[in-house]
Amino acid sequence: MEWEVVIGLEIHAQLATKSKIFSGSSTAFGAEPNTQASLVDLGLPGVLPVFNEQALAMAVKFGCAIDAEIGKVSVFDRKNYFYPDSPKGYQTTQLHHPIVGMGHIDITLDDGSTRRINVTRAHLEEDAGKSLHEDFHGQSGIDLNRAGTPLIEIVSEPEIRSAKEAVAYFKKMHSIVTYLGICDGDLSQGSMRCDCNVSLRPKGQEEFGTRTEIKNVNSFRFVEQAINVEIERQMDILEDGGSITQETRLFDANKMETRSMRSKEVANDYRYFPCPDLLPIVIDDEYIQTIRDTLPELPDQKKQRLMDENGLSEYDASVLSSTREMADYFEAVAKACDDYKLAANWVMGELSAALNKNEVDIKNSPVKAEQLGAMIARIKDNTISSKGGKDVFAALWDEKGDDVDALIDSLGLKQVSDTGAIEAIVDEVIANSPKQVEQYVTAEPDKRGKMIGFFVGQVMKASKGAANPGMVNKILKEKLDAKC
Amino acid sequence: MALDRSDVTNIANLARLAIAEDNIDQYQQELSSILALVEQMNAVNTDNIQPLAHPTDAVQRLRSDQVTEVNDREKFMANAPAQENGLFLVPKVVE
Amino acid sequence: MALHNLTLAQISKGLEAGDFTSVEITQHFLDRINQFDKGENGLNSFITISEKQALIDAQAADERRAAGNATQWTGVPFAHKDIFCTDGTLTTCGSKMLSNFVPPYDATVVENMKREGAVCLGKTNMDEFAMGSSNESSFYGAVKNPWNNETIPGGSSGGSAAAVAARLVPAATGTDTGGSIRQPSALCGLTGLKPTYGRCSRWGMIAYASSLDQAGPMARTAEDAAMMLNVMASFDEKDSTSINQDVPDYTATLNDDLAGKVIGLPKEFFPDSLDGEMKQTMKAAIAEFEKLGCTVKEISLPSTDLAIPAYYVVAPAECSANLSRMDGVRFGHRCEDPKDVEDLYKRSRGEGFGDEVKRRIMIGTYALSTGFYDAYYVKAQKIRRLIKNDFVKAFEEVDFIMGPVTPSPAFKIGEKSGDPVEMYMEDKFTLSCNLAGLPGMSIPAGQINGLPVGLQIMGNYWNEASMLNAAHKFQQVTDFHQQAPANI
Repeated sequence: MEWEVVIGLEIHAQLATKSKIFSGSSTAFGAEPNTQASLVDLGLPGVLPVFNEQALAMAVKFGCAIDAEIGKVSVFDRKNYFYPDSPKGYQTTQLHHPIVGMGHIDITLDDGSTRRINVTRAHLEEDAGKSLHEDFHGQSGIDLNRAGTPLIEIVSEPEIRSAKEAVAYFKKMHSIVTYLGICDGDLSQGSMRCDCNVSLRPKGQEEFGTRTEIKNVNSFRFVEQAINVEIERQMDILEDGGSITQETRLFDANKMETRSMRSKEVANDYRYFPCPDLLPIVIDDEYIQTIRDTLPELPDQKKQRLMDENGLSEYDASVLSSTREMADYFEAVAKACDDYKLAANWVMGELSAALNKNEVDIKNSPVKAEQLGAMIARIKDNTISSKGGKDVFAALWDEKGDDVDALIDSLGLKQVSDTGAIEAIVDEVIANSPKQVEQYVTAEPDKRGKMIGFFVGQVMKASKGAANPGMVNKILKEKLDAKC
Repeated sequence: MALDRSDVTNIANLARLAIAEDNIDQYQQELSSILALVEQMNAVNTDNIQPLAHPTDAVQRLRSDQVTEVNDREKFMANAPAQENGLFLVPKVVE
Repeated sequence: MALHNLTLAQISKGLEAGDFTSVEITQHFLDRINQFDKGENGLNSFITISEKQALIDAQAADERRAAGNATQWTGVPFAHKDIFCTDGTLTTCGSKMLSNFVPPYDATVVENMKREGAVCLGKTNMDEFAMGSSNESSFYGAVKNPWNNETIPGGSSGGSAAAVAARLVPAATGTDTGGSIRQPSALCGLTGLKPTYGRCSRWGMIAYASSLDQAGPMARTAEDAAMMLNVMASFDEKDSTSINQDVPDYTATLNDDLAGKVIGLPKEFFPDSLDGEMKQTMKAAIAEFEKLGCTVKEISLPSTDLAIPAYYVVAPAECSANLSRMDGVRFGHRCEDPKDVEDLYKRSRGEGFGDEVKRRIMIGTYALSTGFYDAYYVKAQKIRRLIKNDFVKAFEEVDFIMGPVTPSPAFKIGEKSGDPVEMYMEDKFTLSCNLAGLPGMSIPAGQINGLPVGLQIMGNYWNEASMLNAAHKFQQVTDFHQQAPANI
């Protein structure tokens, strides 16, 4: 049977606020356990939450960015469950009245086509703490530093049809929240995590199949792998006439499999109800407009601008706008050399090759954007040749120097572009090569082009390679042709 | 609605309350009579009535995004039944 | 007059006049607590007596006074209900669950009193987690009513009520979720006020039902209650439900003229089933207000009888979540040798909570569970709207609503403890105030069988000052508030 894959993603993005969603504790990553857990975060008796205005502003900003309805009245609910990293015995979240309603994003697929994926909703909630399972005499340790970190949970419609599309969607969300500056996007620190809902149905059937939820997938690669192995697992079961159990599963990247979590949620009933400690959040059109006015250029807009105004190809524009880090780097290079096309060539060529080869992230590139831009500017003004540029790039990459001009000097890459100096060498070479001049003059005009190579070689040799080859060519031709 | 014994067990389980087997009957009876009291609500028609979650009409105030808390771990954790290296200890959590 | 018979206002003046020092009066009350509260025949109104700290604070208050920085409250003794978190002092909420809990912070109400230099003598007994109307659900045992040692003092602020009535403290804080200030005030002959929801900060006040809980004063006179509310009330940024409204000087308007004020008497508060003597006592008290120039009008609050059913959904639902943090992980009671996390939760909570608390958690859990949420929780919230609407309409034409606080005077210890539903009926006249978020008061209005009963005064939102004014004027022409239990 032919199966259709149905995928919906729930992405949790930590909002880049300084303090927590309901307390004044720092949200900084990596502190000693429980040193950023206030009375409120610890859920001590008698404490109360007060909502962080930046968490609200960031969520609204996100809603504006995905062209969503913004909830003018949104409400926090309590989701009740017991777990040691959930200090109050409930999570404060939004069920019935989320801050962000239906919106959408466009994803670009490998063949260059785009697809629109609708976003059901995005709501504000608090993150949980962490259970550390290393051995404390057979016990677990609870660190509540992360408890109360603001999150938006972004829920897609079940419109994603393949693991590749899922990755494209996750990447696009990543780029949107990082462009907006509402999330640092650091997947390795858990700043963005993804739950993947996967089901299969016979092609053509409208009704959804039973889904499983793969929890907490924290890299683009794992999203693709996890979904693919889950699709395979489900397909095997269904092909054998079996049925899928609705459950929560975990992806094990080492074994390349998903496995059922010991189903703590099966018997659970979250008993959502409006949080009586928090009042309805009411915002007006003016507030939303003020936020809308602060929206930065978003990935799709940047791509369009790079094509329309800066003359880049669709492919280049797409790659260069795909992540905030890439875009920021590229724009800085282009600004420094004032040439988008050259900047694009170098960023997508030499730089990307070096980054890939050395498995370095662009934000950690040893060649800074300003340096690369300065080097490209030197090619543009004929100080160095393109080949010389590669030498400068290599030197910068190996951190042999910081200053582009100093490197050009120390590497002796400066071209002689002084007409007088080049003419002097040309004259000398012509004077020293009467035989070759004779051959040139007597040759058929269409053969002379080839013959000029000898003179260029001699001039470059005499200038120790420093003469600007273009100029050498031009002056030689003028002088030799004058003799004909 | 009258509860049966399994309802009582389920509710106690959801609420994470250990209750003695011997007390289930008593809870069953007491909770059922409380529910009977509560169900007097059904005598009134409340169609088209907006639920009231908060007695006042106030809306949520916002806190400025400032870090105002300083580390006071030792004091805040002084009541912990079990702790080590700044972590609360619980029986091994299985995932 | 013996020091313990002085009112708060008189103590404040006496300290100012130098008639006695804070150390002297603090010691006097501490001696009385030690004499009357402890032992088998003691009232058991205190869970913690802060003898040492109180004397240190009294000493500091005297020094502050000498330095010329005293306020009206500096050096004045009082007690806190054991529901308010006190930094460094055991705060149990009447529960085994918190029988070892020493908060690392002060509740805002506690901070407000401290700032003034008031001297806290200790933490008073209460129904466990404020769930009860008789103070019998306390892990620390029942409290005796000083008017009759065999009867209950009311609850949940029963310890505060008994201690003030017995002159062990001149005043105490209380909290009121469904009548927990007004009912014990009525049964012990005190003046108690539950303010408008949002008037006193709930920060540090251990939550029972967050949308209903409100702190307030329990004292002997309206003047004292006003003096106390002046300090307890505040806008607090730490409490999202605290309302940013100026705190007036509640003592400034105590003597305003009552002429022309309209008192509404809801017929639902005077049903045929109401005890005849209670009805008589209430009518007599209301007649005093007529003499003071008020007019009386019969009104109707048709949803009154729905208050009990709605309350016993809303309050348990909220408490079922509020008490989930009591899990034996970060503080509080933990069972011996838990074999896994589930065992830790279930046994810690099973052992730490008493029967009434468990019943309410279970009712709330049930009411919120899938399939029942709309029928119970949403329905109750709708009824809550109806109850509020009744009041909003009534207050368009009256200034006060009056009626009994309780159906009868204090009952015997143990008399109703076997039947939760019968116990719940005790609050039939007080619950609607909390559901609507309105201020309500109890003032001494006479006695039945030698036991005090209270007249309830309800006012419109934020009208505490005029309620206190009415109560004060009443107390200028009556002496119910001056009556004391025998042997005091």
